[in-house]
Amino acid sequence: MTLIEGRTGEWECVIGLEIHAQVISKAKLFSGAPTDFGAEPNTQVSFVDAAMPGMLPVINGFCVEQAVRTGLGLEAEINLTSVFDRKNYFYPDLPQGYQISQFPLPIVGKGSITLDLEGGETRTIGITRLHLEQDAGKSLHDREPGATYIDLNRSGVALMEIVSEPDMRSAEEAGAYIRKLRSILRYLGTCDGNMEEGSLRADVNVSVRRPGEDLGTRCEIKNVNSVRFVQQAIEYEAARQIDIIEDGGVIAQETRLFDPSRGETRPMRTKEESHDYRYFPDPDLLPLELDAEWVADIKASLPELPEAKKARFMADLDLDAYDAGVLVAERETAEYFEAVAEGRDAKACANWVMGDLFAALNKAGLGINEAPVSAASLGALIDLIDDGTISRRIAKEVFETMWRTGSKDAAAIVAEKGLEQISDSGAIEAEIDKVIAANPGQVAAFKGGNEKVIGWFVGQIMKATEGKANPRTVNEILRRKLAD
Amino acid sequence: MAGLADLTLAEARDGLRNKDFSALELAEAEITAVEAARGLNAFITETPERALAQAQRSDARLAKGEGLALDGLPLAIKDLFCTEGTLTTAASHILDGFTPRYESTVTAKLWAAGAVMLGKTNLDEFAMGSSSTQSHYGPVENPWRKAGEDRPLVPGGSSGGSAAAVAARAGLGATGTDTGGSIRQPASFCGVVGMKPTYGRCSRFGIVAFASSLDQAGPFARTVRDCAILLGAMAGYDPRDSTSADVEVPDFEAALSGDVRGLKVGIPDEYRVDGMGGEIEKLWRQGIDWLEGAGAETVEISLPHTRYALPCYYILAPAEASANLARYDGVRYGLRVPGDSIDEMYENTRAEGFGQEVKRRVLIGTYVLSAGYYDAYYLKAQRVRTLISRDFTEAFEKADVILTPTTPSAAFAVGEKMDDPIAMYLNDVFTVPASLAGLPGISLPAGLSEAGLPLGLQLIGRAFDEETVLRTAGVLEDAAAFDARPGRGVGE
Repeated sequence: MTLIEGRTGEWECVIGLEIHAQVISKAKLFSGAPTDFGAEPNTQVSFVDAAMPGMLPVINGFCVEQAVRTGLGLEAEINLTSVFDRKNYFYPDLPQGYQISQFPLPIVGKGSITLDLEGGETRTIGITRLHLEQDAGKSLHDREPGATYIDLNRSGVALMEIVSEPDMRSAEEAGAYIRKLRSILRYLGTCDGNMEEGSLRADVNVSVRRPGEDLGTRCEIKNVNSVRFVQQAIEYEAARQIDIIEDGGVIAQETRLFDPSRGETRPMRTKEESHDYRYFPDPDLLPLELDAEWVADIKASLPELPEAKKARFMADLDLDAYDAGVLVAERETAEYFEAVAEGRDAKACANWVMGDLFAALNKAGLGINEAPVSAASLGALIDLIDDGTISRRIAKEVFETMWRTGSKDAAAIVAEKGLEQISDSGAIEAEIDKVIAANPGQVAAFKGGNEKVIGWFVGQIMKATEGKANPRTVNEILRRKLAD
Repeated sequence: MAGLADLTLAEARDGLRNKDFSALELAEAEITAVEAARGLNAFITETPERALAQAQRSDARLAKGEGLALDGLPLAIKDLFCTEGTLTTAASHILDGFTPRYESTVTAKLWAAGAVMLGKTNLDEFAMGSSSTQSHYGPVENPWRKAGEDRPLVPGGSSGGSAAAVAARAGLGATGTDTGGSIRQPASFCGVVGMKPTYGRCSRFGIVAFASSLDQAGPFARTVRDCAILLGAMAGYDPRDSTSADVEVPDFEAALSGDVRGLKVGIPDEYRVDGMGGEIEKLWRQGIDWLEGAGAETVEISLPHTRYALPCYYILAPAEASANLARYDGVRYGLRVPGDSIDEMYENTRAEGFGQEVKRRVLIGTYVLSAGYYDAYYLKAQRVRTLISRDFTEAFEKADVILTPTTPSAAFAVGEKMDDPIAMYLNDVFTVPASLAGLPGISLPAGLSEAGLPLGLQLIGRAFDEETVLRTAGVLEDAAAFDARPGRGVGE
């Protein structure tokens, strides 16, 4: 258990997250308008999105399917009957004067997510519910003094609000939760998880308590848009609450904002939070009724999710929990790895992917889909090691060349540069003889019992052969010769 | 050509097909009638140029023998239907200058059937009212007068402009919307036929919303047959309205067989309410006799939750309205009254833009949905609504159609009941229950009061059984042989 040491003893931090995930869909939740990111303001707005008089919402079936797919991916109950409600409040970027959301009867009920923590540990976090709702537009306050501009491109875009149980106990767990949820959403293809573009936003509920005691009063930190900020906000907020209580104060339940430039949370103006939303069922929409068979069909079409993939990598490919966890975290990484490992030694392939490939990607700041070395090319390179054509050391060089030049053909690079390994024992023997003859002192040292000298001999021979000598052959012959 | 505006819609249709007159001649006669009836303030916007242009296109089709179902027939459109390129106001200041770039489904269907638009008719602001006096564009007058009096009377509401126009022969027919009686009550007050079809029969797309779970478009005309013809053109499934019903639209005109032999007509005991005039009671009795005389059988039925219908309606309709009207905020269209902050702009705009009755209902609706009151008001009213629906379901096990008066009294004077919203709301006591149950209802003129004002009878049918309602209405219409005419605004 992660505890925080205060001035008066230990504290436990309790965290629940509400994640707003934008549904991947060409059209909005209740209109046919497009959803592309970054379009010119007010170019993706239908009469429905602008709440013109007499316009009516019509549910987009694909968004419903995406929500069901997500619910199934979270191993959650799918509610065959759910209801859309109106959440009433005035804001210029909310054209209807209400948001269509789901309140008492969401489309998805209880589910769970398993987190991979450090040291191969896992932890299960409960999902309370998932519901569908409309996004609002955007208010631009900084274009002209005294005026607010409204961009309705986002107005009506489908969001899934995914609510967790207050099951997390540290900023690290909250970070792991968001990363895992994002990974599942990407596997499912239901949300791109892009926090910079606002496709994934978090409301963070934080409270503190003495270990074993009842839940404390929570504060909600709204609209945090990166994993790092979520973690910073939690740490700041927990410390703030502990300070207040230790000073004899009480926590006021309130909504707060995280200011990334100062790394602190501060209360929203009370006016922004004192809403009575007056939820009631939207009379423009009938209850959403799903067919159990349709849900079963979606379930059957789900891709293998990270948990299952990890288990398979461990069982079938003999990877350890850590490697398997790293390789399945992103769908694209897992796919790349599987393509490399197909018909090859999985452990060796995992080392290549997690070692040289990850290092190169990191250095270049690229995603795995942008890697200049494809899975097939890397696989062919590994084959050259396996069949003894090149050594692992030479292979690293070839990999770097492929990365730099974009060449796809490892064998061609090896041939062109003459990098084939020398396994011909006659040629190697001749080199060994030369080195032994030239260094009687080192030979004597070996014979005197200094085993380490063998490494020095190998180094000399590799140098003489420009690294192309097969190290195993060198070792064998060298030991035999020195023993003579 | 004299007298064309006096034709029924069916007569005009046949006359056009027989080439007795042209659509242009008919349109010109109707435009003249609309001008002559201006004293009634039935129209907010007249569209004579558009009417003439449409009529010319109708004539071209008719000349080729390609006439459409409503080709060349001039209609008045309640100004709650959005009409592309024509000012649409909902009779509210807050929609100042609002000209939609889209067309409501119902009116689009009418134009696609060849109908001609005379203009947009006046109404109670956002369809909230039973008098058509609550309009930013001034009150509508009923073309009828009490015998020997010249005091202006209300046409009923909210579709009072449409009802008055049709009564005054300024339009062969008109569209209305009915949320709690807004077609049937003004039809009764103005001595015309008005029908609210089953909820879901006509698309709500493009109709300015009042209470979404109740709003339903329907026709006004001077005969049952005309209503049947209009409804046939207005009805039909619309994928743009999730609450529109994906059911076949029958040939409503063909339902007018004139035969009600063996039909079971339910008479609900609970509709004998306090304050109902003796002449209404008498008319109801008369209606029963007419139907029995035509071979129908009357059965006593019970609708035990009737007395809860009005309070239930006046919780649910305002609740929905409070959210539906939130979009009128001065940000995107219509009136904007500036303020020092966004909140002040909202407050100024809505304070100036909405009339008193609209504000009253937005406040009631906001109240019944607020934390701490939701269960006691909104939720309870929803449960009552279910019970009212169940009453009808059970009644329709015994009866095929239900006969009631449309209103507890005849038209009242302009200015009356204005300071007493409850008395005003009582106008809807007979029409609201069918609205809550989503059932089709029709009002047709069946006689005159002692003061010489029209009185209506209402027929309520099973969901999507407009045919039985229309068939029964046709028989009542023949028996009543209502041929009285209003005195004012009829081109005198």
